[in-house]
Amino acid sequence: MNQASPLLQLKQLTVAPKKTPARLLVNQVSFSIDRGKTTCVVGESGSGKSLTALSVMGLLSKQLQLTSGQVLFNDGESGEQDLTQLDEAHLRKIRGAKIGMIFQEPMTSLNPVLTVGYQIGESLTTHLGMKGDLLKAKIASLLEMVGIPPSRANSYPDELSGGQRQRVMIAMSIACEPRLLIADEPTTALDVTVQAQILKLLDELKTRMNVGMLFITHDFGVVADIADDVVVMFRGQIVESGTKEQVLNHPQHPYTKALLACVPDAEGKNALKPIDYAWLPENQRSPQASNEILVAVV
Amino acid sequence: MTSAILVANHLVKTYTQRSGKFGFGTTLVKALDDVSISLTAGKTLAVVGESGSGKSTLARCLLQLQPLDSGEVLFAGQDLAKLDRAALRLVRKNLQMVFQDPFASLNPRMRVGEIVGEGLVIHGLGSEAEQQQKVIAMLKRVGLTEADMQKYPHEFSGGQRQRVGIARALVLQPKVVVCDEPVSALDVSIQAQILLLLKELQAEMALSYLFISHDLRVVRHIADDIVVMHQGKVVEQGSVVDIYQQPQHEYTRNLLAAIPGKKAVNA
Repeated sequence: MNQASPLLQLKQLTVAPKKTPARLLVNQVSFSIDRGKTTCVVGESGSGKSLTALSVMGLLSKQLQLTSGQVLFNDGESGEQDLTQLDEAHLRKIRGAKIGMIFQEPMTSLNPVLTVGYQIGESLTTHLGMKGDLLKAKIASLLEMVGIPPSRANSYPDELSGGQRQRVMIAMSIACEPRLLIADEPTTALDVTVQAQILKLLDELKTRMNVGMLFITHDFGVVADIADDVVVMFRGQIVESGTKEQVLNHPQHPYTKALLACVPDAEGKNALKPIDYAWLPENQRSPQASNEILVAVV
Repeated sequence: MTSAILVANHLVKTYTQRSGKFGFGTTLVKALDDVSISLTAGKTLAVVGESGSGKSTLARCLLQLQPLDSGEVLFAGQDLAKLDRAALRLVRKNLQMVFQDPFASLNPRMRVGEIVGEGLVIHGLGSEAEQQQKVIAMLKRVGLTEADMQKYPHEFSGGQRQRVGIARALVLQPKVVVCDEPVSALDVSIQAQILLLLKELQAEMALSYLFISHDLRVVRHIADDIVVMHQGKVVEQGSVVDIYQQPQHEYTRNLLAAIPGKKAVNA
């Protein structure tokens, strides 16, 4: 086992639309994730945080391309692999099995005509060839692990609440005991109380299964609750990265400071502040630049 | 002496829900169960609770967008539930709503100028030129430009669309504005801008807000009073300071404990 290299290492990752390769949506992004640690990627809409996650999985849309960079994944078994160099067949073996992904909207990312039990079992059958009673037992234990009564395996997604659906998504993503979990704003669509439960659940799973987690969010409150390391992205680039303590308590970059300052505090001690772009050169302050990026992606 | 501009007494609203296999059974869901609230003129009353607690139903029932089962809604002494359509339309000029989802609540086929000016046309306020002037002034006030009148909603970012939604609600110079989760679909960095805009406009136009939210961090900054709802009932109400410092009800304490970022405060 090669434990020396980190679980996931992004090196100089760059993503651009095929039609306009000069517009860098993700620009020279490098960071790494260790086993059993959570790295939070924070940024506003259009900062490239979701694209970074999608390029790890090789799930970029056809209009976009990875212009350069490496995604080095080391699961401790098959040595270090560059995911950007793998073909679709190999990637398919890694997705779901070695890398699990939790998407933002639990309402739209489950198939409404299949029971949740079937959807959880699908990757177990595909990757591990489980079936019959063994599969049923595994699905039941997974549901229990995420706090849903195993009898709900025969329910359809519309019979579950938003929080329960997100738990089902989590059960699906951890079914094959992946080494890495990618969670793209997994709690943004949920109520605060449910959000607190889901964050606690993810944190427990991280410790119990020793998985590394790439967690995408725009909420520094969530970062404070779940992160070990933090990466702050702005318009496609990393502006600051470090441990949670460094970034939250001693932010160095003016953007990190501005972003932290505009999070409303629950005590009401600090006045509300709009985000401050005064640190940017005058001609780049309009948010138009990032808006153009948004349009290009959609 | 403070006076209440909008008072709701003992509101009840029940929904029938299909249940059981193939939806053959029915169950009654009490979305509002004897809810009474009072909004003071010029103040902000926040309604907080989880999804399904009935807070959006409350908003819709207050504006008579949905019929009530029982109870009364008094606006400036008039019971809205008893008004006929024509009379209600006159009153609605004073009761406006800012919706949650800036991506779904603006008609994609209408230009922003038409969206904002529609209320003026419906209520027949002023000549066409005057309406035009009002729309431009309102757009400028919320941080957009005159040129934006010709654009369609998809050309704007989420924060800008919410500004359009606010302009649309405020161009009629209402007395009461119901804001249904106006910032929950927005980035944290944009939230503060919109909240500050709402606060400024409140001071300028003497607005009273009913502010619906599940984010207690946001509520802390915008509200004067809070109503906490749980399963269709009001479980606690009081001033912002009292509720945050001494929550009486178990459910309120749970909500406060669930605010993300607690660890950072201790770190």
